[in-house]
Amino acid sequence: MSFSPTVLTLVLALCLAGGGTATTAEKKLNVVATFSILGDLTKNVGGNRVEVTTLVGPNGDVHVYEPTPAAAEAVRSADLVVVNGLALEGWMDRLIKNSGFKGPVVVASQGVKPREMAAGELEEGAKHGPLMTDPHAWQDVGNARLYVQNIAKGLEKVDPASASVYRANAEAYTAKLGELDQWVRKEFSGIPRQQRRMITTHDAFGYFGAAYGIAIISPVGFSTESEASAGDIANLIKQIRREKVTAVFMENVSDPRLMEQVAKESGVTLGGTLYSDALSKSDGPASTYLEMFKNNVTLIAGAMWKGI
Amino acid sequence: MLSHLWAIFLAPFQDFIFMRHALVACLALALGCGPIGVLLVLRSMSLVGDALSHAVLPGVALGFLVSGLSLYSMTLGGIAAGLAVALLSGAVSRLTLLREDASFAALYLASLALGVLLVSWRGSSLDLVHVLFGTILAVDDAGLVMVASITTATLLILAFIYRPLIVECVDPGFLRSVSGKGALMHLIFLVLVVLNLVAGFQALGTLMAVGMMMLPAVSARFWARQVWSTALAAMVIAMLSGYAGLLLSYHGNLPSGPSIILTAGLCYVFSVVCGAHGSIYSRYRAAQHLTG
Repeated sequence: MSFSPTVLTLVLALCLAGGGTATTAEKKLNVVATFSILGDLTKNVGGNRVEVTTLVGPNGDVHVYEPTPAAAEAVRSADLVVVNGLALEGWMDRLIKNSGFKGPVVVASQGVKPREMAAGELEEGAKHGPLMTDPHAWQDVGNARLYVQNIAKGLEKVDPASASVYRANAEAYTAKLGELDQWVRKEFSGIPRQQRRMITTHDAFGYFGAAYGIAIISPVGFSTESEASAGDIANLIKQIRREKVTAVFMENVSDPRLMEQVAKESGVTLGGTLYSDALSKSDGPASTYLEMFKNNVTLIAGAMWKGI
Repeated sequence: MLSHLWAIFLAPFQDFIFMRHALVACLALALGCGPIGVLLVLRSMSLVGDALSHAVLPGVALGFLVSGLSLYSMTLGGIAAGLAVALLSGAVSRLTLLREDASFAALYLASLALGVLLVSWRGSSLDLVHVLFGTILAVDDAGLVMVASITTATLLILAFIYRPLIVECVDPGFLRSVSGKGALMHLIFLVLVVLNLVAGFQALGTLMAVGMMMLPAVSARFWARQVWSTALAAMVIAMLSGYAGLLLSYHGNLPSGPSIILTAGLCYVFSVVCGAHGSIYSRYRAAQHLTG
């Protein structure tokens, strides 16, 4: 995907304009974001006016994070805290309270239409728990636009002097998100809707599937923890055949050779590594939100094309 | 009725390639490991198989470190490490006062520790568990060919050295007096043990491979009296264990390796209690016969 020159010039111009006002207020805003994806969005909106600290770094699991004393200190000294909301960061309320942080908290997912998911999907073992809110709203680019707006509003409130910068940055980034959304839709448009069916052990693609018309199927009775039995493998193969799945993403299953056998026998292509809850390190294939999305879509669409 | 039996005993293998692969791998392993295990028992080396199965670990780990989950490098590494331990312990026992089992124990422990060190050095991408407990459900074409080749070679070589090997087992002094080949026979035999353990490792993991070798062999002692017939019985028991264990894993949703070995373990318990020769039951019968 390439960005049009006009957008690039616009971004450049806005950055320069932002730099102009920056000289009036030297101190950068300290913003704490709970996890890497949120951190990347905040950096894009804040530009050079903010210093973003991310509590759960690249490849970290935001669901099971244990706050450290350093995290409490970062929150305490922050000017603004950005959280995802939708009950993703269960540990955050206590961290904010214990750290003594009194400043504003931006809930980035505000305004998102929440989806529901079975509670068991988050924890191993429980199969069909009660429905709970699915927090992975950022897997829909449309929602990411809301995130950007909310973050920009929050920044404007704490730093009204640079409001125009944040607004301009948010607009420029929203334009990029718009292009990304177009591109994603184009990538999937060639694949018939009834063939957009993928099996994944990730629980994070509910919003993604809803936004781009992809059926997300979780493997039945398949634990990634314990050693696989012949019955498990047989069930998985039967499920792939029965549900006419075209792409399989189970890279966190312990033995890769096992999954190769399954793919071979059921005639589907194994995808690569999808990034759902965290970005990769800066040298990885998904170091920013935009890159993460492109990486995931390329892999999923590629696997589906081969699977058709 | 018939369709029920079909669904239970044959359909899994008819429906799924991975089940057929696993079954063929089991049958091939059984053919090679059966006689090797019987000869190990005959030579009072039952625990040497266990020691060697641990000794291959550093080689396998090294193979993995060099080229990832590659069948060939891991196999070659395993064979090299196993042979090194077998040859070294043979040499130590010949050159010093240490008996062979003692030097085996020393070397395999050191080798195992080195293996654990190597596996953990690379980090978490491959758990030690997957080296120790491989999975027979993931055997692919290349793995099958390798297991089958090792089995074929084992059976051919065994047929070739059968007589001198048995003589060496029962009366090493006699073989030494007629020809100087005793040490050579011993060496060839150790090579075969290592080869079969490595073949089993690919399919079942190092801990389970030795189970496939020893349990059927020990059970077979209760059913046959000649070496050749014991070996045959061991093959049959190993094959049955593989087949029944896979079915157990399929219908009962149990891990495949332990299912197979546990089935072999059940065969052992049954043989100990009800076997035709020297079992609890037959001894009881014999004692009754004497008193009655």
